[in-house]
Amino acid sequence: MGETFQQLLNLSGTTSKVWLPLYLKQIVDLMIEQADYWKELSTVLLYIQEPGIIELCTLVAGSVVMAFEEVCPDRIDLIHKNYRKLCNLLVDVEEWGQVVIISMLTRYARTQFTSPWTEGAEFDENKAFYDSDSEEKKDQTEAKPYIMDPDHRLLLRNTKPLLQSRNTAVVMAVAQLYWHLAPKHEVSIVTKSLVRLLRSHREVQYIVLQNIATMSIQRKGMFEPFIKSFYVRSTDATHIKTLKLEILTNLANEANISTILREFQTYVKSQDKAFAAATIQAIGRCATNISEVTDTCLNGLVLLLSNRDETVVAESIVVIKKLLQTQPTQHGDIIKHMAKLFDSVTVPMARASILWLMGEYCEKVPKIAPDVLRKMAKTFTAEEDIVKLQTVNLAAKLYLTNSKQTKLLTQYILNLGKYDQNYDIRDRTRFIRQLIVPNEKSGALSKYARRILLAPKPAPVLESAFKDRDRYQLGTLSHSLNLKATGYQELPDWPAVAPDQSVRNVEISAPIVGKTKQPKSDDKFYSDDEDEKEEEESDSSGSGSEDSSSSEGLFLSVRFKVSETFSFYEHCLIPQNDSKNPTFRTSGISLFYVSFQVTTSSFGPLKTYELLHHMTGKGLSAKYHFPRQPCLYQPSMVAVQVILNNSSDHALEEIHIGDRSPASLNIHCFNTIERLEPGASVTVSMGIDFSDSTQAANFQLCTKEDQFSVSIQPAVGELLMVSTMTEQDFCKEQGKLQGMNETSATITMATANASRQAINKQVLSVANVGEVPSSQNNFSR
Amino acid sequence: MIHSLFLINHLGDIFLEKHWKSVISRSVCDYFFEAREKAVDPENVPPVLQTPHHYLISIYRGKLFFLSVIQTEVPPLFVIEFLHRVADTFQDYFGGCSESVISDNVVIVYELLEEMLDNGFPLATESNVLKEMIRPPNILRSVVNTLTGGSNVGETLPQGQLSNIPWRRAGVKYTNNEAYFDVTEEIDAIVDKSGTTVSAEIQGVIEACVKLSGMPDLTMSFMNPRLLDDVSFHPCVRFRRWESERILSFIPPDGNFTLMTYHISSQNLVAIPVYVKQSISFFEAGSCGRLDITIGPKQTMGKTVEDLKVTVHMPKAVLNANLTASQGNYTYDFTTKLLVWDIGKLNPQKLPNLRGSLSMQTGVPNPEENPSLNIDLKIQQLAISGLKVSRLDMYGETYKPFKGVKYVTKAGKFQVRT
Repeated sequence: MGETFQQLLNLSGTTSKVWLPLYLKQIVDLMIEQADYWKELSTVLLYIQEPGIIELCTLVAGSVVMAFEEVCPDRIDLIHKNYRKLCNLLVDVEEWGQVVIISMLTRYARTQFTSPWTEGAEFDENKAFYDSDSEEKKDQTEAKPYIMDPDHRLLLRNTKPLLQSRNTAVVMAVAQLYWHLAPKHEVSIVTKSLVRLLRSHREVQYIVLQNIATMSIQRKGMFEPFIKSFYVRSTDATHIKTLKLEILTNLANEANISTILREFQTYVKSQDKAFAAATIQAIGRCATNISEVTDTCLNGLVLLLSNRDETVVAESIVVIKKLLQTQPTQHGDIIKHMAKLFDSVTVPMARASILWLMGEYCEKVPKIAPDVLRKMAKTFTAEEDIVKLQTVNLAAKLYLTNSKQTKLLTQYILNLGKYDQNYDIRDRTRFIRQLIVPNEKSGALSKYARRILLAPKPAPVLESAFKDRDRYQLGTLSHSLNLKATGYQELPDWPAVAPDQSVRNVEISAPIVGKTKQPKSDDKFYSDDEDEKEEEESDSSGSGSEDSSSSEGLFLSVRFKVSETFSFYEHCLIPQNDSKNPTFRTSGISLFYVSFQVTTSSFGPLKTYELLHHMTGKGLSAKYHFPRQPCLYQPSMVAVQVILNNSSDHALEEIHIGDRSPASLNIHCFNTIERLEPGASVTVSMGIDFSDSTQAANFQLCTKEDQFSVSIQPAVGELLMVSTMTEQDFCKEQGKLQGMNETSATITMATANASRQAINKQVLSVANVGEVPSSQNNFSR
Repeated sequence: MIHSLFLINHLGDIFLEKHWKSVISRSVCDYFFEAREKAVDPENVPPVLQTPHHYLISIYRGKLFFLSVIQTEVPPLFVIEFLHRVADTFQDYFGGCSESVISDNVVIVYELLEEMLDNGFPLATESNVLKEMIRPPNILRSVVNTLTGGSNVGETLPQGQLSNIPWRRAGVKYTNNEAYFDVTEEIDAIVDKSGTTVSAEIQGVIEACVKLSGMPDLTMSFMNPRLLDDVSFHPCVRFRRWESERILSFIPPDGNFTLMTYHISSQNLVAIPVYVKQSISFFEAGSCGRLDITIGPKQTMGKTVEDLKVTVHMPKAVLNANLTASQGNYTYDFTTKLLVWDIGKLNPQKLPNLRGSLSMQTGVPNPEENPSLNIDLKIQQLAISGLKVSRLDMYGETYKPFKGVKYVTKAGKFQVRT
């Protein structure tokens, strides 16, 4: 295993970049199979961490993240450096990878950012909707302003377009990300997309409805405008119907209850009796939640008692029982009505409910209750267990309130219960007998029998079955099953204090041309909105420049260029009277493809970078630049010119290149310089194969006495091959690049800089490119 | 991720199984059969089931169950979406997704499954990529293959998979360059007894058949893009362009694909093309019932309504129907209790009518709810929402393609309550 691994690693290091994704995929697969190879695992992950690898292969990103999730989901530290990269790449990753990456980033974000939900307002949306004191809460919020981490914002912004994905799993993943990470007022943007998924296959509907049910408990407002999308069709499968019913019940409020109840009336008549029964439950819940309609609901339910279908009647009785408990005083006649029904009802649960009602309110029906007990005494042995238990209860209660009439009946029933087959009933009978029948053995408890049995009981709360589902992350298997599935990762709670943000910073590999930003104070006159845009762009320039070290030399990711041009525009932005500022579209200046003229002089020489300072080099200083000429030694190498300068007071001998790292680094060295006189300088050229990445080439520059470790870090533009092309060729090449993400933005600039030449000059010098002769005006390439 | 897949027919026989990791015994399906038994109707089987060691996620497509076995936490939609993608691929390759079709092409089925899922993780699910690797069956090739012992696996690796446009292969050539777009809208509506619309929405889909050489870059713009409430796109569509300009800009995959789907929700006014007058009643005495249905045009925008069909799912107590139809013909299936009235073209001068009596089972209480009517219809050359494609442009290639857009309106889940 280890060997295979090493081979693969070596291969992936040396071969053409086109195959790299495939190699990496193999590595990842091996890794998953043999998860205990920790050493190799860390090698691979480190390898992947290195810039310039992951962005090559949007194909493999999904597999890598999946491997990560399977093997070491706790190693949050491995994500830091890749975070921004993953966010930016997300749109281009294949759809299955997107799902895995989004769920990983959700967990990551929960550990790294502070909560965007302001204190105390977390689950208050519903309340605030009704309460007038929501004002106070607002004040609180304003008191301590919350500033979102730009990386947090980056994630939210980059996942939003994926709501339009055709893959339902991706849409759901984004929805749960917003639900768990976004500020409360932003979550509602996922609603429409979720509702759209309801048109999909039955199974998709099932999962989506489950998630909406959980969401709708906490935030009615999100789905209220779409209430009609949850109306039930007679052709829906039963579990879909019940879920829709659940959601409708959750969404019910004073304003829409009448419409919902009218819908429910249709449902009650449904041929699907299980569904009809569920509807009755739902009506009961609406009735308890919205006090305005309690009476209406109750009347409706009483009407249902005369329904022909037994399940409907039984369900109604159970629900009425619960409703009566909330306000028993006025409803003596309903209880009487139910007592009359008692003979015809056979469903045990319903019979038990009636018996309980009789017992509980026996004082309201003093004549009927003993009669019911008499009937029960006759049929006791034939009843179901639950009915028997309630009969014993009823007998006990009547014995306490009306012992004159019922004493014998009670004793008879208790005797029957004593010899029942079910031990629960025998147990209950024994307990009741001790409690109510005074004898010498019974203790102090029987004195309180009345208070125990006839204590006022709190009304049951009818709540949604999805009430506690929110402990699981939305969209997961665990949420769907409502139990913890194997391998379920608990979603961590927000940290009180955000961990260090700088861990996500990726060292910017080379001094990138035109990277300097204008001081913030100059930006004052822009409108807020633009300001933000620019900040966003400059945010991404850090990671953007990394991303752009893409595979084939000719591919330059667009993101890079945009950030570059942006920083250039920031140079041009000179505070002036803003009313005159003309607006330019960068999309016009489309910089998809960068080409170079062969002659360096036209826009070179370019920047020189310090390789070795004369202080550290004991007098030897070295500078390098990229002449942008094809390398003479090997086509894959990049030519680098090194200017060596002796600023010490003695001659230096035998200047040459020593050890290099990584060891595989392919360098064409310059010939050893025998002697360099004080004050003299010499220019040598060498070739380095950077493998199209921005990884630095480290090597040692040696003199006779000393060795200095130096590194050459290429800027992205420097890796490009020089080519001049006609407009036609350019268009052709540009065509090949299409399909990648394009970015365009509008920039306002001062009039002084608005002339075409000025822009061109700036762009060209910043991006280090030449202009393709173009037939069109106002269109620079 | 996805461990194994079982294909189960409506009789409960496992006729195909595929394992991507280790082999899981068939006995795991017993839990599913239990749930299947309990649910009575195959549609009612819960899609997600739990067993002591595994989780079962299933879909029901074309009388087949696709049952996947999962061992650890995974988003259930991920699996469901993938299973549907498998079913879609079978449909695409073999023109159907039934047991007989799958058994006939069992070799290709295994090849496809092998490519689509790699170690439990979806790999190539794009139909264009798959078709390059595994060629769809045709008679000539199967004859050649039987004679030579060859297979359908392509010799070359797919071009597109590693590029930035994985959905399109390079070097496409056609002599006739053409691009057709079908805008299909389905009306989902619930109409109540009195004829008022309870809810109505439109689901639209733009299906494309693009046969263009090279790397064309297409843009499609609409007369009234504001209509579209919510959209979802094929991955080829550039989302930013849509957001800023409301233009669909894309490099199309080769062949047939779904470009976008959209949703026009009930808030907007949705035109209902037909009205239904009905009366269905069951009498307590004599154990019979009466049925009378008339359909007429409502808002058809001057087009004719075709393929009109009414389906009624009768209550169990209805034994037989003795009806006369003024147009079209009707069938009543005694076992499934399904009354289907196939009308055909709607003639506004002479409204189609179906009336007659229903014979009921004696001794069974009458059904209290009247069955609801499901309407099917089709209107050619009309998108009921009023959506119109204004232009389609091609960049990146020089030839002149042939372009065409077709509109159709259909009834989706169109239900009339009675």
